[in-house]
Order: sequence, then structure tokens, then C-alpha cells
Amino acid sequence: MSIRPMTPQELLLPVKPAFIVLTLIAALLANLLPWSGWFRWLAPDFVALIVLYWCIHEPRKIGFIAAWGLGLLMDIAEGSLFGQHALAYVILAYAGMTLHRRVQRFSLAPQVLHVIPILLFTDLIVLLVRALAGAEFPGYAYFLGSLTGAALWPPLTHLLKLPQRPRPDPDRV
Amino acid sequence: MEHTPPPLFRTGPTPLARLMIFTLLSIVLLIADARFGYLTVLRQVTAVIIYPLQRLAATPAAVGERISGFFVSYNALKLDNERLTEKNLALAREAQQARALHAENEHLRGLLSARERVAAPAKTAEILYAARDPFSRKVMIDQGLQGGLAPGQPVIDHIGVIGQVTRVYPWLSEVTLITDKGHLVPVINLRTGLRAVLAGTGNDSRLELRFIPLAADFQNGDQLVTSGIDGIYPPGLPVAEVTYVERNTAYLFANITCRPLAGVNTHAQVLVLEPVKSLPERPEEVPEKAPRTKRKKS
Repeated sequence: MSIRPMTPQELLLPVKPAFIVLTLIAALLANLLPWSGWFRWLAPDFVALIVLYWCIHEPRKIGFIAAWGLGLLMDIAEGSLFGQHALAYVILAYAGMTLHRRVQRFSLAPQVLHVIPILLFTDLIVLLVRALAGAEFPGYAYFLGSLTGAALWPPLTHLLKLPQRPRPDPDRV
Repeated sequence: MEHTPPPLFRTGPTPLARLMIFTLLSIVLLIADARFGYLTVLRQVTAVIIYPLQRLAATPAAVGERISGFFVSYNALKLDNERLTEKNLALAREAQQARALHAENEHLRGLLSARERVAAPAKTAEILYAARDPFSRKVMIDQGLQGGLAPGQPVIDHIGVIGQVTRVYPWLSEVTLITDKGHLVPVINLRTGLRAVLAGTGNDSRLELRFIPLAADFQNGDQLVTSGIDGIYPPGLPVAEVTYVERNTAYLFANITCRPLAGVNTHAQVLVLEPVKSLPERPEEVPEKAPRTKRKKS
């Protein structure tokens, strides 16, 4: 193996904080859309996905407080136990922050392999909390959302990096 | 003189410490909410923050509905109109009969000096979205504290009962559906008059009658309506239909599955009723030694 990183690192413009806030609000909106039928199971937890993305790519800009607050908002919106999503997102944020150096070194496909277990682990925590509160296992379809979430990781990364790509210099020949 | 580290190295507590702090905070919240139900105010404050987003997320579907409503063909409207006029006539006849019956009923009740049943006032609301929590069956409706709603109010649609208001936020409320696991509705079998308690299973199309003796008279197609003995649901609202009865003598109780009648599709209009609070006082405990009455011999 060579010591060279597996993907050449791109030079990116610094991300604007407003953009991070905007993506988080968009993720909340996406979560609140009236999903019905099978989409209810297939739709990923967009907030978890976006929080994980920013924790991996900008761990200094977004932190536990944001993850925790967003979790509380999701708890209200879903009518679940107060603190359930908050706990899950905080652990998600921790996983993202501790792994960020490692994950960034990989190309997108191996990154997905990192994202799947993190999202599934978050699901497991929610499941554990609800099981302790007396709920029943809702079936294996419960984990589908995380898999679609992981599948969305590569297009999402491309999309979210767009505003950071430097514009081609018109003066260059 | 104190030596503080330059700002570059000042990073605060380590991520692990922060993780511990926030995990603890979350667990405290969870316990306070699940065990003691302390957090009503905190919930309502947080609800205000997310309210605009909730409304915004429900907008595309509402707009789509309005646009598709705009392009309804003339023919469809005409047919609809005819059908409604017909239905209106039929209903008018029934309403007149009902008025007569109501008057008669009132008269009879007056004779019996029974408490009059007041028609429960109702409030219309719209389902904004179904909560995505896979562990429960809940929907959000667009009326809340500001609309005068309170937890415990029954919610119905044009067919029958869909659930009960369980949490109220300033402008929204959370309705737990009858299909939610752990939600119970006292019902009565229209055909036989047998009372039972209908329990949700967490499955959208299945309800269960629990603890019904094997010999009880339940058949496929039996209509179950609310019995009203709970003091929450007004009596006589359709709830479910029996779809499957299994009597296995190996078990103590019959296995009876029902299908909810009211649809719980998103973007439906629902009616929030006032809970009926005319329960009679709980009778005083009868002393154990009842005076013996002489039996009449015929």
C-alpha cells in the first residue's frame, strides 16, 4: 500500500455558516413531509444524514449542541419520547466527529460503508430507548431508512460540496 | 500572572466529555418525560420553534390538492352535484325523522327525569401529516391550545372514530389513532349489545377484541360502535367491523380481529368532539352483608 491518500484532497472554499443552517432546515422540512405507505419506511432520517455529513466534513462548525437541539425538535414533530432523537443524534455526532479524519480520506463508496453502521447504530439506540419505554419491535423494515440514507450519501456529498467548489478563474488561459 | 493557552489550543472539554454531558441530559429528559410527564411546558416551547416548518412541510400537498381541485371537469362537478342533491334529500328526510324522534326522546327522558344528553360541540380540523415514529400511530392536526383543544378529546371523521387528542401544542395537536398499540376504545356490538374493549395493535388495518369468552356471540361483519361508558367517546359512533373470529378451545379467550372503519389518510378533515363528561357518580361501596329478601314462590 502506498502512503498516498486514497483520494486526492480537493481544495475547497470555506463553507458559509448560513449554508449549514439552510441545509439543516431543509432536512427538517424533508423529515416533516407527509410520507405515506412504503415511503414512510423507505424515507431516511434526513436530519441524521445531514448532521452526520457536517460532523464529518466540518466538525468545528457544527457540534453537539446543534445535534441535540435538532433531536429535540424532531421529538416534538414526531410525537415520540422527549429526548429520544436528541440522544440518538448526539451519539451520531460523536461518531461523525471521531471518525471524520478517517472517513474523509476514503472515496465515496467506502465512505458509504462507514455511514451504514453509524446510521444503523443510531437506529438501534432509538429502538433500545423505545423498548425500555415499553414499545414493541416494529419489524425489520424499521432499518430500511438507514440503508436508503446511506445510499443517498454519494449524491448528497456531491450536492453539498457544490457551493464550496472554487469557480473557474475567467482570466486563466 | 496567569498563562492562558492561545485561542488555537483552547478547545473546551473533549468530545467524549461532551458526549457524556449530552447523553446524560437526554436520558434525564427521557426519564422525566416517560416516567413523570413533567415536560409539558418545555415541549410546548419547542413546539413553537418548529411550528412554521410543520406548516411549511404540509403546504406542497395542500397546494397540490388545491390545484387538482381547480381542474375538476364540469362533468364530474355536475355528477357530484346530482349525487349530493340526492343524498341531501335522503338526509333531510332522515333529519326530519330524527327531529321528531329527538323530541319524542326528550319528552320520554323528561318523563323518566333522566339527564338530557347534550349534543357535543365539535371543532373541525385538518390532518397535517402522520408522525413518522414507527413505534406509534399518531397524526398531527392543525388545531391546538389556541383553538381550545385539550388532551382527551375524541376525534372522528365522516365515517367514525379515528382516535383521541393526546398532546396539545399551541397551534397543533397530536392525535393517537385507535390503531396505536395501547389505545383502547370501549365498544358495544350493535347486533348483540355485548360490551367489549377494542385494542389497537400498532397495525393500521387491524384491531383486537381482548378477553372475550369463547362462547360470546361475535360474528364476521358485526359492527362495533362506541359504548360511551368511558366518558370520553360519545356513545354510538362507528369504530370497527369484525373481520375474523377464531374460537380455539385450547385458549381461554376467543381471538377476534377487527378492521377500523374510519380512514386515516393524510389531508382529511376531522372533527374534534368535546369529551362527554356526564358520567354518574361512582356508587358507594355496598356493604358485604346484603339484607336477605324473602324469595317469592310462584
